[in-house]
Amino acid sequence: MSFELETASDRAGLRRVAIDPVSRVEGHGKVTLLIDDAGDVQEARLHIVEFRGFEVFIQGRPYWEVPVMVQRLCGICPVSHHLAASKALDRVLGVDRLTPSADKLRRLMHYGQILQSHALHFFYLASPDLLFGFGSELGRRNIVGVAAAEPDVARRGIGLRRFGQQVIEATAGKRIHGTGAVPGGVNRHLAGADRQRLAGESATIVAWARDAVQLVRRLHESDPTLYDSFGREPSALMSLVRPGDGALELYDGVLRLRDADGRIELDGVGDQDYRRIISEEVKPWSYMKFPYMTHLGPERGWYKVGPLARVQNCEFIPTPLAEAERRAFRDYAGGAIQHGPLAYHWTRMIEMLHAAELIDQMLEDPDLVAGERMADGERGHDGVGIIEAPRGTLIHHYTVDDDDLVEWCNLIVSTTHNNQAMNAAVRRVAREHLSGRPIDEGLLNHVEVAIRAFDPCLSCATHALGRMPLVIECVTADGRPLQTLVRDS
Amino acid sequence: MMETAHFLLDGVAVPFAEGQTILEAARAAGRYIPHLCWHPDFPPHGSCKLCIVAVGGRHLSACATPAVDGAVVASDVPEINAERRALLQMLFVEGNHFCPSCEKSGLCQLQALASELGMTTPRFNHFYPDRPVDASHPDVLLDFNRCIYCELCVRASRDQDGKSVFALTNRGIHKHLVVNAESGRLGDTDFAADDVAAGICPVGVILRKRVGFAVPIGSRTYDTRPISAVSMDREEP
Repeated sequence: MSFELETASDRAGLRRVAIDPVSRVEGHGKVTLLIDDAGDVQEARLHIVEFRGFEVFIQGRPYWEVPVMVQRLCGICPVSHHLAASKALDRVLGVDRLTPSADKLRRLMHYGQILQSHALHFFYLASPDLLFGFGSELGRRNIVGVAAAEPDVARRGIGLRRFGQQVIEATAGKRIHGTGAVPGGVNRHLAGADRQRLAGESATIVAWARDAVQLVRRLHESDPTLYDSFGREPSALMSLVRPGDGALELYDGVLRLRDADGRIELDGVGDQDYRRIISEEVKPWSYMKFPYMTHLGPERGWYKVGPLARVQNCEFIPTPLAEAERRAFRDYAGGAIQHGPLAYHWTRMIEMLHAAELIDQMLEDPDLVAGERMADGERGHDGVGIIEAPRGTLIHHYTVDDDDLVEWCNLIVSTTHNNQAMNAAVRRVAREHLSGRPIDEGLLNHVEVAIRAFDPCLSCATHALGRMPLVIECVTADGRPLQTLVRDS
Repeated sequence: MMETAHFLLDGVAVPFAEGQTILEAARAAGRYIPHLCWHPDFPPHGSCKLCIVAVGGRHLSACATPAVDGAVVASDVPEINAERRALLQMLFVEGNHFCPSCEKSGLCQLQALASELGMTTPRFNHFYPDRPVDASHPDVLLDFNRCIYCELCVRASRDQDGKSVFALTNRGIHKHLVVNAESGRLGDTDFAADDVAAGICPVGVILRKRVGFAVPIGSRTYDTRPISAVSMDREEP
């Protein structure tokens, strides 16, 4: 199936404009726009132009190697892959409940990851657009420009990220690509010196995170028309929530789907049952799949994940400062669901505050520095691990044979869930901001601003290897189609 | 009084007893010469060539060359270390050595030597051989991707365990490790996890199953001390 502006009805004679690469995102992607003589956009696509192949090359590897290997999918959120794989392999080992120490150490690592990734995205990648304007001077739209204009903002942003990475280093051994989680538990406790050092700074980090929420909130309130409508495409929202009370839950919970109007459509779906509700569509023009809710089909079943989905999907946030900010966010829209991509930034900062509060609370817990680290159970063959990564719901699914080798793997990463949502936002922005106007860099950056709001990790999202559907179109210099080659999946 | 026989190793006098090799005498004197296939419990093998030294202008394996009174031996010098780096680089590209996700990282002598000798790139084109792992044994995994053909497992299984579970087959670039069973699978042999051969692999071929990353990266043997120090810990038999 095809959405409006996904494919032009007649591509002959249309002018092609490419944003290649999309900047200030993780990984490589490009946007192509086909524009007619009147300057109207007839086709807009976000393409993912690299692929990885992890699902195939971990086949035949021993399962205990997987959490360390698959985290190499990404240099920004390796902890998320490390933990999702570990959770899936816990299940293979028959461990459905970790020891208190292992559960808390993994959570601490995860909250450090949420904190550092959200800080990285907002301060380093997104804030230049928001502070200076989407079409502002190109040379200024970067973290160096932010540091020059708003030194306190930049300093705190860098400090927030550093603290998150220090939490990761203390729990995983390294800031990037550590080895803290192992199937069935963890391989270390938190060192007393690390706990003392982190605890000495955590209250400041909470305060800085709170200020960051206020910064984004003021941006929204300063130009509500832009922030509320830019790239807005209503859709369902999916995330984990805590079983029972529906609280925001980032490490381990049940799946909930809320429709675009805010009604709960699915709830309490256990992680092992994800395939019952999610299907994936492939399209010949992108390496990234398009997931959708099976019962609604690809046209109506697409959804958003990530901070915007999580903060609006949960009943409450179980830390006081972040919960107060969630209420303020909800009240801003009069209780209605917010769908504008720029609201991702606001909710991302609320989550960053939540992570900072959780770290601050946890650091005094004695289970972090002592206690049983490993659990065991009855060995099985199949396991699913779902975690709320910084960018959204991350699903790892493995089957392991009797000889301990991985037979099969399926990864649905956060950015993949948002594929249709990002394309929809790109088309909305192209239609409303680009059509009928002379295209310049500032206008094209509007498209990137919409993509950036989702904080996509394009390298994570293109992990599949195999027989991808492919369409190769040969066109003349003036755009006339010469030949089309099609390979089905 | 007779003067003790000695040779000069990088300008320093090293005494030796009759029958000692250059490598053995150097170790006895507290001087490290890099090696991979040599092991104090086994006769010299001379296959890895990492212990190469220059003696009177000739490049020889220190593990297999008897010490000679008055010889002038160069080991820790730029020319010899460059040759060792080249040998390591060839070993790295012949197999599939992905240290970032290898469970032997920090416990691997190949990795530790590369670090010790300042190998920063593979330099040569990778072969990327296709070598499926053998996971048929209940307690031990064989990952052939990392084999460096030192034959320590072959020797240990044959000479100490009395089982002859392993062998090298073919020659030259086609040489590879095989398991002595009709099926070629470790699970069809009498190999046991407490065999000497199970713990002797200097790289990551013979692995006890389900251990993986139980010991954190960063606190492993070669994470904290260089191989030139670790290697000298052991007393000679």
